Amino acid sequence: MTLAVHLDPPAVADLARSALHPGDLLRVASVGLRTRRLRAALSALGIAIGIAIGIAAMVAVLGISESSRNDLLSSLDRLGTNLLTVRGGEGLGLSGDGALPTSAKPMLSRIGPVDGVSSVTLVDADVRRTDLIPSTRTGGLTVQATDAALLATLRGELADGEWLDDARSELPVTVLGAVTAERLGITDVGNGVAVWVGDRWFSVVGVLEPLELAPDLDRTALIGEGIAQAAFDTTENPGTIYLRADPDQIDAVRSVLPATAAPEAPDTVEVARPTDAIEAKAAASDAFTALFLGLGAVALLVGGVGIANVMVISVLERRSEIGLRRALGATRRHVSIQFLAEALLLSALGGVSGVALGAGVTAAYDLARGWAVVVPVAGVVGGVVAALLIGAVAGLYPATRAARLSPTDALRTV
Amino acid sequence: MSGLVVDLVGVGKEYPGDPPTRVLDDVHLEIGVGELVAIVGPSGSGKSTLLNIIGTLDRPTEGSVSIAGHDTSLLSDDELSGLRSRAIGFVFQQFFLLSGMTAVDNVADGLLYTGVPLEDRRAAAVHALEQVGLDHRLGHDPSKLSGGERQRVAIARALVGHPSIVLADEPTGNLDSRSSQAIIDLLHELHDEGASILVITHDRDIAAGLPRQVEVLDGRVEADTVARGASR
Repeated sequence: MTLAVHLDPPAVADLARSALHPGDLLRVASVGLRTRRLRAALSALGIAIGIAIGIAAMVAVLGISESSRNDLLSSLDRLGTNLLTVRGGEGLGLSGDGALPTSAKPMLSRIGPVDGVSSVTLVDADVRRTDLIPSTRTGGLTVQATDAALLATLRGELADGEWLDDARSELPVTVLGAVTAERLGITDVGNGVAVWVGDRWFSVVGVLEPLELAPDLDRTALIGEGIAQAAFDTTENPGTIYLRADPDQIDAVRSVLPATAAPEAPDTVEVARPTDAIEAKAAASDAFTALFLGLGAVALLVGGVGIANVMVISVLERRSEIGLRRALGATRRHVSIQFLAEALLLSALGGVSGVALGAGVTAAYDLARGWAVVVPVAGVVGGVVAALLIGAVAGLYPATRAARLSPTDALRTV
Repeated sequence: MSGLVVDLVGVGKEYPGDPPTRVLDDVHLEIGVGELVAIVGPSGSGKSTLLNIIGTLDRPTEGSVSIAGHDTSLLSDDELSGLRSRAIGFVFQQFFLLSGMTAVDNVADGLLYTGVPLEDRRAAAVHALEQVGLDHRLGHDPSKLSGGERQRVAIARALVGHPSIVLADEPTGNLDSRSSQAIIDLLHELHDEGASILVITHDRDIAAGLPRQVEVLDGRVEADTVARGASR
């Protein structure tokens, strides 16, 4: 047996400080996790579940509501947010029941940033499936006179048939709103389908899809202005005007609309933006996001308390290991960063598995609802970062405790 | 250069309290390079405190302590850690091996805080395990080894950095008599090869088998046999 124990006199020379390589730190930090596998696995599992639930809730909620928000916003994109409606209020100086002056439409179309103006006017007639249906059973349906621009202005779509063009304005033809068609039992316009409007038959030439920006028109039968005036003495004063304006100047346009539409009584004119309701829906989903984020934060906090708990116990149980490391030359700082790194490893484990779980739930939910799969990057990164932060905070106290332990006390423990 | 690895002059240790507990009183002890010394005494005699002070895990309340030529009163806590990592090797009654790590890695951890790279630490650990006759147990987990083998691993860990002195605290306390004798024989072998070893024990028979015995009672050195072959 050859021994390499040195025989030199003790080296009084320079005293080198203790050192711990960063690569060794990771090895040392995982010692507690590797050497007590069952116990470490169980305690790590508890922590991982705590943080995983927190982050899963956070990512799931962020992801889901972002998907549904995207759904709303994409419908806004499709419909355009630049539609404004102008309605006559019931007031002095206005002819009819809240109708606008006949000059309103040409005046409004003269506003620079306005492109596309259309109107509907209530017709004093009802719509029934046949003349044999009593006139009291209108089913809540109305008849409105309109012009050829309405469909394009509302960006509506036809389920079947054709739209009322200028050539048919004078003819007894009608296009039915989605609800009207359903109530009258008309699914397609083939075979010369006709409905009874007022006192005569009108051929159904088209059926509309539901109009998202003007849902009240779903319950109407639309006829041309020409025939409305000729057959039912409908006023030429428009009831509601729909107009599209340059999106960048929408506020400016909105402010001049009352005075332009009804110069004599601007304060009786009602201006609305139908997409406001859709935006309010998106804002409501934001409020839900905030609520669920709060829940996720509470779950994260619980996970953090779990880490602190396990690390404090770990420090108590591993007093002799701490004493041994001090005897092997570890400084207090080496001991504290070992336990801090161990807490960070545990929390990172929980954070990563939590993010994976949350992303999976989000993707599954999105697919089930037929939405685009959106896993928010902020949620994923933020989840891991939050887990690490919580692990650092939770590990700080146990690590400090471990470092403060006097080596002789630590070694006395059997 | 004094040629001393341990030089205690008038060392005392008192723990605060009412009345204060005096554990060590006016201890003078010189241990030269290459000595094998037993510190013997009943439990409560202060020998463990003496070991902690020599091992720089604790500081005396009075007197001066010089280990491997360094006056410990002049060193900061971090510098003492550095001194322990290179100049002092510890062997404990309870072994203090980490399970879940191989024997080689346990021994290599004896160099963990010296800044030596992992491969070099492992190579030195293999060599140290060969020294203690465990070259057939390199990849074993300590929990799979016998008590005697575990203490050999612990001794290899204490030796791996070629420390100026090895401090063994009741190294045979947890072993049966046959394993104890084997460990004592190993310490003799290492001593013959030149290592400086200080054994703390309450067992007079073990102490009697070592070249020099320092008897501690009530915090004082009661007797110190002639240091045979000391101060080579």
